[in-house]
Amino acid sequence: MSGTQAGKFLGRNLQSSSKSFLAPVAGAVALAGAGALLDWRLGLVLAVWLAAWGLNIVLTESGSPGRRFVVPTLFGITLLVLWQMSVRLFDISQVILPAPTDIWEAITTSGPVLWADFVQTVVKGALSGYVMGAVLAIATAIAVDRSQFLQRGLLPVGNFIAALPIVGTAPILVMWFGFGWQSKAAVVVVMVFFPILVNTVAGLKETDAMQRDLMRTYAASYWQSFAKLRLPAALPFIFNGLKVSTTLALIGAIVAEFFGSPIVGMGFRIKTSFGTLELAMVWAEIAVAAVAGSGLYGLVTLAEKRLTFWHPSQRAGR
Amino acid sequence: MSQDTVIKAEGLNLVFETNDGPVHALKDVDLEIDKGEFVSFIGPSGCGKTTFLRCIAALETPTGGGLSVNGMTPDEARRNRAYGYVFQAAGLYPWRTIAGNIKLPLEIMGYSRADQESRVKNVLELVDLEGFGKKYPWQLSGGMQQRASIARALAFDADILLMDEPFGALDEIVRDHLNEQLLQLWARTNKTIGFVTHSIPEAVYLSTKIVVMSPRPGRITDIIDSPLPKERPLDIRDTPEFLEIAHRVREGLRAGHAYDD
Amino acid sequence: MRNVLPILTVVAVLLGVWYLAVAPMNFRLALDAATRGGADVTPATPDEQGQTGLIRLMLDNPSVMPAALSFERPRLPQPQAVVVEIYENTIGLARNCEWQGFGGERDNWSPLSDGCLRVIENRRSLIFHAWQTLAPTLLGFAIGTGLGVLLAVGIVYNRTMDLSVMPWAIASQTIPILAIAPMVIVVLNAVGIQGLLPKSLISSYLSFFPVVVGMVKGLRSPGAMDLDLLRTYSASGAQEFWKLRLPSSLPYLFASLKIGIAAALVGTIVAELPTGARFGLGSRLLTGSYYGQTVQIWAALFMAAICAALLVWLIGAVEKRTLTRLGLVR
Repeated sequence: MSGTQAGKFLGRNLQSSSKSFLAPVAGAVALAGAGALLDWRLGLVLAVWLAAWGLNIVLTESGSPGRRFVVPTLFGITLLVLWQMSVRLFDISQVILPAPTDIWEAITTSGPVLWADFVQTVVKGALSGYVMGAVLAIATAIAVDRSQFLQRGLLPVGNFIAALPIVGTAPILVMWFGFGWQSKAAVVVVMVFFPILVNTVAGLKETDAMQRDLMRTYAASYWQSFAKLRLPAALPFIFNGLKVSTTLALIGAIVAEFFGSPIVGMGFRIKTSFGTLELAMVWAEIAVAAVAGSGLYGLVTLAEKRLTFWHPSQRAGR
Repeated sequence: MSQDTVIKAEGLNLVFETNDGPVHALKDVDLEIDKGEFVSFIGPSGCGKTTFLRCIAALETPTGGGLSVNGMTPDEARRNRAYGYVFQAAGLYPWRTIAGNIKLPLEIMGYSRADQESRVKNVLELVDLEGFGKKYPWQLSGGMQQRASIARALAFDADILLMDEPFGALDEIVRDHLNEQLLQLWARTNKTIGFVTHSIPEAVYLSTKIVVMSPRPGRITDIIDSPLPKERPLDIRDTPEFLEIAHRVREGLRAGHAYDD
Repeated sequence: MRNVLPILTVVAVLLGVWYLAVAPMNFRLALDAATRGGADVTPATPDEQGQTGLIRLMLDNPSVMPAALSFERPRLPQPQAVVVEIYENTIGLARNCEWQGFGGERDNWSPLSDGCLRVIENRRSLIFHAWQTLAPTLLGFAIGTGLGVLLAVGIVYNRTMDLSVMPWAIASQTIPILAIAPMVIVVLNAVGIQGLLPKSLISSYLSFFPVVVGMVKGLRSPGAMDLDLLRTYSASGAQEFWKLRLPSSLPYLFASLKIGIAAALVGTIVAELPTGARFGLGSRLLTGSYYGQTVQIWAALFMAAICAALLVWLIGAVEKRTLTRLGLVR
């Protein structure tokens, strides 16, 4: 680009950006001012919100390489700050909504309790059930793989059952398997089974006619073409089911505890802390659940990246 | 039947039952292909050229007539792994490297590890892809992918190579280049090649025998034995002999079309 | 239509497994009752029975089998017992009420007889409970979908919103937020928000994110060529939205709506669970589990399944009509 061109380009850019900046800024100031007239606290909250949003706009427009990370982080922090400010400024009761700092305090002071609950609910209940359910579902999909007839029946039925409120089986399974983690694992098995089954069956059907013909020209046996062609081709689908199921597993394990549990577990803690109005503890458990949920999802995503690096959806970065 | 007849079709018929009634995909096809020949099948879509190739490969089952491959039924030949098949698309597995893709048939057919490695090395050289063994298919251009899929079909000891419009999806320049390479490869390996195409220059340039087919019902209208020498530089396509054969092929195709109008 | 037979087969297999499981599941309970009732059973004492394998017990005591199959408070009821329970609490109630109810305690303007009205208001009626669950689900679903579509449009057209919100919208789907649904209700009750709204809030939250994610994907689905074509017509932003982006987003939207409505229903049911809600399918599940009324639990569960199926089917029907009219499917 020559000097004059660059100059023109810059000038036009500055012009347009100064024009487009001025109006929103004036609007924001006016809005915050109006809020302040009603209630100075409201004005303050609005001012912080608008300032943070403005900063985010600037960051977005800047085109700096780190913005993909910085902008959402800033947005998250803004939400936390606004939450904290609102609770403190409007003097909201602990019983209704604790401030983030209160929740953090609950997390730090009751670490051992949270850890015990985590082990009981996530490791014993959710994870064991998740693994059993996934193995069972994939095994079932492979078992019906040779029968077109069963697949045609199983796909719609499985899809239908996957849309049902399966958590509702929790009271029945708690009655069958007792209050321990086994009943929670059972609920999780039932919840994750159908999504994974449906995805695996669909995935195993994924190969196109040409690829199957190729295997035929090699006179490959059923298991050879299964192991070398159809299973790898099905992996993206299987992982889809596995990812959807991570959240279901945690939901199942926690909700099942509402129907009966030993005196440990995240669902149990949420229920009892709620009864005694220790809301900070409830939120602490929610935070743990959130981290556990994202962590589990992250792990599965990582495995997916390793195993299906070749799929177009994973290739972008390579 | 001469000593070295590899593929022999006698009164071959194939009728597909469809919702709109029966479709005569192949009608009374008679053809003999000798060992080491390069045979092209040319004709408009629906003339049954691909179907015929698939019958040889036992991917379709004829409804009448006789067909033998290496003196066996096509299905026996398939189970004896008598041929390599190259499809219109490369169809390489994205989760395997190029070398891994070429190994695929070798693994299935139970070749030893060491044998696999040396064969991969050989065929990669044969198709001019040395050094690309560790790449994934999606990191290669379309022409290179198709070459890899040819290498995959060459890796095991089948003396028949069946190719179904292997260069159909590639642009003209890449196609010329691959045609040239294919001829060299054929000269070196002495395989019998069945080649489906809808390009007249491609058919004439490559083949020792050109089978002209026409649709509804799919049948052979002309079989042309090419007088061109085995050694064929690209500019042979400008010689009068070449143009004469091309003309005859075009006439044959037109004759097949005539009853459409 | 060609799937009908396979589907029936799979359903028959599931039912068969259920039937086969009834006897073993309830046998010990029935044997216990028979022992206490003084019946002649082998082995004779509960202690010995506890040490004996289930199959041995079933083979040795064929006389207890009928009792096991039709046990009153079974661990696993027979399928038809559940069907009967559902029937009695829906159509059965209506039947009874109809010819009791023509007494006319109400004014005549109501087109429904008192009996019929009572079915809807009757606390035993599953229709009543289903409606208590469905109403907030539908309201919440409408709110969640509306807001979700708006946010999606914002995200597609505003780069800052995209960068700020989208990662959180995706991350939030990995959080088992449903588990705290009951608390939200109580908190809202404490600040004076009652009735339909608290439950709706949960279902709107749950249907919100699938709609946002699906709709963003849909609005971005037109390819560069489609967009360039409109640019050559020098179409305005609004024209691009209404004529290209919105229609092409609809298949994605409907897929999300099906996920969203199922999630919304689950949300309402879970929200009813430990909060001591007195009405709704969730509360039926909970009271059933408190009082060991297994048949009641199964009936509530099936009613919930019927509701979910109906809602998903309804969206499917609307989807089919809309997409057919737009020419997106044939």
